[in-house]
Amino acid sequence: MQLTNRSKVVSNKKMSFAEKLYLPAIVKGLAITMSHFFRKPATISYPEEKRYIAPVWRGKHVLKRDANGAENCTACGLCAVACPAEAITMTAAERKPGEEHLYREEKYAAVYEINMLRCIFCGLCEEACPKEAIFLTPELVPTYLNREEFIYGKDKLVEPIDKRVDITQRQKHLVEKKQ
Amino acid sequence: MGIELLIFKSILVMVIFTITLTIAAYSTYGERKIAAFLQDRIGPNRSGPFGIFQPVADGGKMFLKEEIIPADASAFLFVLGPSLAMLTALMTGVVIPWGDTLTLNGVEYSLQITDLNIGVLYIFGVVSFGVYGIMIGGWSSNNKFSLLGAIRASAQMISYELAMGLSIVALIMTTGTLSIKEIVDQQATWHWNILYQPLGFLIFMICAFAECNRAPFDLAECETELVGGYHTEYSSMKLGFYLFAEYINMFISSALMASLYFGGYNFPFMNSLGLDQNWVTILGSVVFFGKVFFFIFFFMWIRWTIPRFRYDQLMRLGWQSLIPLAILNILLTGIFTMREELKNWLFN
Repeated sequence: MQLTNRSKVVSNKKMSFAEKLYLPAIVKGLAITMSHFFRKPATISYPEEKRYIAPVWRGKHVLKRDANGAENCTACGLCAVACPAEAITMTAAERKPGEEHLYREEKYAAVYEINMLRCIFCGLCEEACPKEAIFLTPELVPTYLNREEFIYGKDKLVEPIDKRVDITQRQKHLVEKKQ
Repeated sequence: MGIELLIFKSILVMVIFTITLTIAAYSTYGERKIAAFLQDRIGPNRSGPFGIFQPVADGGKMFLKEEIIPADASAFLFVLGPSLAMLTALMTGVVIPWGDTLTLNGVEYSLQITDLNIGVLYIFGVVSFGVYGIMIGGWSSNNKFSLLGAIRASAQMISYELAMGLSIVALIMTTGTLSIKEIVDQQATWHWNILYQPLGFLIFMICAFAECNRAPFDLAECETELVGGYHTEYSSMKLGFYLFAEYINMFISSALMASLYFGGYNFPFMNSLGLDQNWVTILGSVVFFGKVFFFIFFFMWIRWTIPRFRYDQLMRLGWQSLIPLAILNILLTGIFTMREELKNWLFN
């Protein structure tokens, strides 16, 4: 019975004298390696040269602020639930009077931590977020010398007011997806 | 004459020693660069411009590594192994003619440390001594994998020495001398031995690859299969000595191939340039080193082209192909050199 047409008949034919010598084959191989000698190297010397990263690349996360500079995140925990790698942990807190310029709604995340060693950069957190608070950016997570430094707290995740992170490309992509 | 000759030879020994070590060190750099180019990469480029200080950094690293002698190892032999490997590697450079004669103040000096009349035999003696370095190193480590690696390496070297010796016998039949200097002088201008002994050269080159434990015959080490073969237990500069000895062996066998089969310091039209003898000698040495560098490059080129042999394939090639071929080569050479006598004997 033949299931597919992909099976190949094994050739057990005796090698000819020229093939047994191996030398013609070796010369051919040498020609191939020599042709590679003059080819342009494929190397990208990383810290000096960076390869193109798409604007919708899923890299380091950012916690967004609204137009007034207040944090969007309400510590609902949907991102942590959605996270397949269980990389996100948070502690919620209630907003005190006078903190309206800091947090958009009555509840906010007092502690928000993402373990970048656990994170698989799947982007399910940003899909789960109902407040458009968390986004992935084209920035890469660098390497560190110990594991503690990979746990990113709010100090590293929340975007600085004076240095807003542009995620319009990502938002557009999400809007299209939701429609 | 005596004292000047002594001074000249001492300087020559120092120069050759330095050149050998420098070339061996830069072979490691060259190997990495050539490997990179053959694989569409760029290779080491961080230490100095184009990474030319890489060998210095590697050597420095080797010195700073912890010196480990395993508790169960035989300490004396454990140190003796790499020393022997290095010693035998450096000893062979003595009989290689690095150039013709220089005339200084009316005295002729030969650019060869010593012209032994049994030069070829001397090299074979020293090279077969090199097996001891590997065998002692592997055995004294008191590690079964080191011992297995050492046994593989020595079985390989001993097997290929036979075919190498037989391929040289045919060369000696045509040249009629064992002195390497005389062999080189016979190949003046373009009468290189490769033209008379192509099969012999092929066998010699394959055996040289096996003798140097170079790919495709690097079964002794085979980084990708064994941990490290005979030098598994070695660390620090003792490991460095083994690796360094390998590169020196490669340099010396390249020099040997260049002088036995590719005319040494001879190059076409060397006598019709109308230059002073000293200049021809210097130019000849440059040409000789060019040939040597080509062979070193060829060693590396082959390494990244041909995959490693299996052990049984290696032994079959050595014993069943190369040795019969070498004997056939001796026979053909004999018939060719005695063709007049044979003609007389057959037709008269």
